[in-house]
Amino acid sequence: MNDQQALYQYLLLLGDSPMILGHRLSELCGHGPSLETDIALTNISLDLFGQVRNYFQYAAKVQAEGKSEDDIAFLRLAHEHRNVLLTEQPNTDFAHVIGRQMFFDTFHQLLLEALRDSKDEQIAAIAHKSLKEVKYHTRFSSEWVKRLGDGTAESHRRMQDALDHLWPYAGELVQESPLEKQMKQQGIGADLEQIRPLYWERVNAILREATLEVPENSWFQAGGKKGIHTEHLGYILSDLQYMQRAYPNMSW
Amino acid sequence: MQQILTKEEAHIRKLLVEVTDPEIPVLSIMDMGIVRDIEIQEEKVHIKITPTYSGCPAMDTIAMEIKYTLEQAGYPTDVELILAPAWTTDWITENGRQKLEAYGIAAPLEESADKQALLGRSKVVKCTNCGSQNTKLVSQFGSTACKALFQCLDCLEPFDYFKCLK
Ligand SMILES: [Zn+2]
Repeated sequence: MNDQQALYQYLLLLGDSPMILGHRLSELCGHGPSLETDIALTNISLDLFGQVRNYFQYAAKVQAEGKSEDDIAFLRLAHEHRNVLLTEQPNTDFAHVIGRQMFFDTFHQLLLEALRDSKDEQIAAIAHKSLKEVKYHTRFSSEWVKRLGDGTAESHRRMQDALDHLWPYAGELVQESPLEKQMKQQGIGADLEQIRPLYWERVNAILREATLEVPENSWFQAGGKKGIHTEHLGYILSDLQYMQRAYPNMSW
Repeated sequence: MQQILTKEEAHIRKLLVEVTDPEIPVLSIMDMGIVRDIEIQEEKVHIKITPTYSGCPAMDTIAMEIKYTLEQAGYPTDVELILAPAWTTDWITENGRQKLEAYGIAAPLEESADKQALLGRSKVVKCTNCGSQNTKLVSQFGSTACKALFQCLDCLEPFDYFKCLK
């Protein structure tokens, strides 16, 4: 891969996780457990989509094939997506939604803090902008994990269940792929090796405060960053891409 | 920004004051502080705007509205969206803050006070209806990305608070 192709792929990697997670959250629009959480989750979804647009607009420019952000968002196949598997996990219940969000937000904040120093000016600008928003996400999801974990017997049980379920997907976020390594060496990408200990430290602190038991398993599912996904992604894409597939080139 | 305005620039600024944020219609985009640069060239006017939030759905409408307003007045216009430096609530003008309050949206506080208020640890956000500080946070996320939802415990009025973004 030459530098331009690597940058393009890295922008997809940065954009795909928030896009798929944003889609998962959008599925909750009108279905949140309460009006306030419904609005919060869809607001977070909107923030993520805004950030994704910034990455994909830039990716389209880098690619220089006359494609648009929409082509990138709506016309790629499942194996061309580089999102982590965590983000495609379903909205099983509110505890799963919040647990998934807490892992992602904790990582996302550390990632953006690092990307502020990217040598690529546009990535640094997007990171500065996004970080301001993501701080609110982190606060929301970590507070809710604590509230459910340290709440009633029922909420504790369900939060622990969700945690056990999601745990195998919590490690991929901080596993460095060859592409991320290459981008780090160019001073463009974030250094996941530096982020990793901070991520686990923060996650563990939240879980401890939530009186939840940290699963012992340290083997993690991975593959998303190189395009190998769980079965969920296909279903997500058939929904997400429906309009462009049914009515090619349609626009609002 | 420049102190001495050309006649043209003064006119353009005046026109831009008429463009409002569709989600907070009392607030001009000039009061919001999202117009970052006005460059007048022979052929065209270049306006640079920056989004409040990345996902703000109002940005496309605002860009269209700017183009429409200026072109109606005879200025061919380009609008460019820039991300850096990132928008902060500090750029809302004093005039803008007053209009927000009058409209029923509490204006953003200092960052540290904002944090305490949003964590429910201190009562610093004033009710826009009766002025009481006996208010509580209902949700960190409100009707749009930039707002949190509060309720006054004295007059019971629910109201929006414009979150601090720094
Ligand atoms: Zn009141």
